[in-house]
Amino acid sequence: MKRRQFLGLLGAAGITATLGTNAQASTHTFNGYPEAKGVLFDASRCIGCRKCEAGCNKVNKLPAPDKPFEDLTVLNKERRTDEKTYTVVNKYQGEKGTVFRKAQCNHCMEPACASVCFVRAFTKNPDGSVTYDPTVCVGCRYCMVACPFSIPAYEYNDPLTPRVRKCTMCHDQIQKGELTMPGCVGACPKEALVYGKRTDLIEIARARILKNPGRYVDHIYGEKEMGGTNWLYLSGAPFKDIGLREDLGEKSVPEITSGPLSVVPMVAALWPALLGGVWAINKRKEKVAEEEQKAAVKAAKIATKADADAKLAKAMENAERDKNQAIEREVKRALEEAAAAKKDTDDNDGEGA
Amino acid sequence: MSTENKSLITPANIITVIILAMGLVITFLRFTKGLGTVTNLDQNNPWGIWIGFDLLCGVALAAGGYTTSTACYIFGLKKYHSAVRPAILTAFLGYALVVFALHYDVGRPYRLVYPIFVQPGTTSFLYEVGLCVFLYVTVLAIEFSPAMFEWLGMKNLRDKITKLTIALTVMGVVLSTLHQSSLGALYIAVPSKIHPLWYSPYLAILFFVSSIPAGLSMVIFEGTLAHKPWHHMMDQTHKDEHDGVILGFARGASISLAAYFCVKLVAVAYDNNWHYLATGWGAWWLLEVLGFVALPSLLYAIGSREKNIPLIKWAAAMTVVGIILNRLNVSVVAFNWQLPASQRYFPSFMEIMLSIFVVTVGVTVYRFIVSRMPIFFEHPDYKDAH
Repeated sequence: MKRRQFLGLLGAAGITATLGTNAQASTHTFNGYPEAKGVLFDASRCIGCRKCEAGCNKVNKLPAPDKPFEDLTVLNKERRTDEKTYTVVNKYQGEKGTVFRKAQCNHCMEPACASVCFVRAFTKNPDGSVTYDPTVCVGCRYCMVACPFSIPAYEYNDPLTPRVRKCTMCHDQIQKGELTMPGCVGACPKEALVYGKRTDLIEIARARILKNPGRYVDHIYGEKEMGGTNWLYLSGAPFKDIGLREDLGEKSVPEITSGPLSVVPMVAALWPALLGGVWAINKRKEKVAEEEQKAAVKAAKIATKADADAKLAKAMENAERDKNQAIEREVKRALEEAAAAKKDTDDNDGEGA
Repeated sequence: MSTENKSLITPANIITVIILAMGLVITFLRFTKGLGTVTNLDQNNPWGIWIGFDLLCGVALAAGGYTTSTACYIFGLKKYHSAVRPAILTAFLGYALVVFALHYDVGRPYRLVYPIFVQPGTTSFLYEVGLCVFLYVTVLAIEFSPAMFEWLGMKNLRDKITKLTIALTVMGVVLSTLHQSSLGALYIAVPSKIHPLWYSPYLAILFFVSSIPAGLSMVIFEGTLAHKPWHHMMDQTHKDEHDGVILGFARGASISLAAYFCVKLVAVAYDNNWHYLATGWGAWWLLEVLGFVALPSLLYAIGSREKNIPLIKWAAAMTVVGIILNRLNVSVVAFNWQLPASQRYFPSFMEIMLSIFVVTVGVTVYRFIVSRMPIFFEHPDYKDAH
């Protein structure tokens, strides 16, 4: 009984844990924290000087790069973020000439990394940043698989304590008051980066598009992509030409996975009844079959017994008759013998007298 | 094995020792130098064959445990009873090895219980997988334990546990349904990185449905492999029921493969991805789905109809290959398909060797157990005790 109770409790705990979150996901829409900050990147202003990379490296106390930040030849090859580099600038050939684009964590409004993490190592903070807690991370790297922008990086050469590394929008430094804006934004000499409230940034971006006809593609990248991001992009060249995918859609990962996730507790709820039902039906069938078999055997037994009894009775009768006849025969013979013997004695007596 | 009594130096044992030794060297490198030294994983390709093969294929091919015990205990097909123990043993070893292999892949294996006991991330399908695999390994260990208790002569414990059979079987099916499907659902979060022919919102259903023929085929496949070396360990019941098990499971595999084939088509139709079939990716998809799903389904049907055991065994092998192909396609081949070839992943020698090492460990433990415990025969003390 105790074991059963324990198993029951365990199952119930699992279901509640899952169901609790799902119920929330199905009725609740999250439009982002109202005071959330973000950064607007304007590709038409970026000159590819890599000062943002240097700024990021400095404020995050990252190891020195293989080639100095002043060396612009590294731009000749497309790079991505890694465990020592939270942001990179890449050079693209647009129709109207060279375009630069900075890459870093986009700080999704509903982050894929946070929703797929099975220990909740990622947090979407009210200031808009997405941060990571290495004290619970197992190192499964599902966040890296799930990130549609391929941003989180992993310390592959750390055998026992590897961490996931990515841009934090300088969350810690800003909270502590060490910085007023992210390191990269502070380092930009061309105001290609603006730090501010996300809602304000969208208005600034719209205003720039309106005021400068022909300068921009009429789209703010990140306003809606993957449910919206706190890092926003303006560009003169099509976004797909500067390494930003246009086929990601507007649904966030939590939105994509909430449907399938909601089926999980249903399996736990319905399967035992269904399988138990099938088992019970089969058990019942077996029992009925067994009973029918028993009844048949019983009937057959009775019939056989009656038959045997009749045969026995007949045999007994025959035996009785045979016996009686034998007795009669014996008696008759004995009487005859006795009569004959008597006659002999009488004859002898008569002769002797 | 009878050969063990004669000499331990057999070709099979020599190869086993070499593989185990290499595995130990790789283990040392993994835990002193890190994944970077041992694997070809990189920032774009965080999951390689240790996930695609060891985890995804390992779990799918261990589905024989829940399919066989369901057929026997839930659907009341008692004639499959002699197949239950080998299937449960394989499933238990399969899952134990999956968990073992994960210790190499995750960065901090000493935290593997964190999602369950420290900070559960319930919105993650990986949490479902972790919780269900954790519970199911426990269930399988309990389901397997009577064989061990019979071997050790612990009658009381054995009798108590066999009373739980139905409850354990139902739990096994619930947990298997959940984690088999959740493994597919892991990839539902990644529509942008997997080729549309393999990405589908139905990934959970695809993985669950395909685990059924995978499990049934593994029981047939492995029964075939085990039959020769352990023939002397099998009792008359096991031998008598063997062909019946193969024929019955062939019918089950044929039908479940046909159902899986239909779900595969629906998955393509749902997003109207038919036009991809005309590409190279389409040819690869057609090879997987026609060659290793539709064809074995047909061969199984013919084999069970004509009682053609060799044909059924071929169909089983093809199904197993097809499942491995599918899991690797989703997790490795079609993953990051849009990246240039230079940024794609191919496993390193050491990654492949470690996967072989893990399988070898499994086979070795299997050999140890079936040579000693009542797996292929009923313990004389417990005949008709079920």
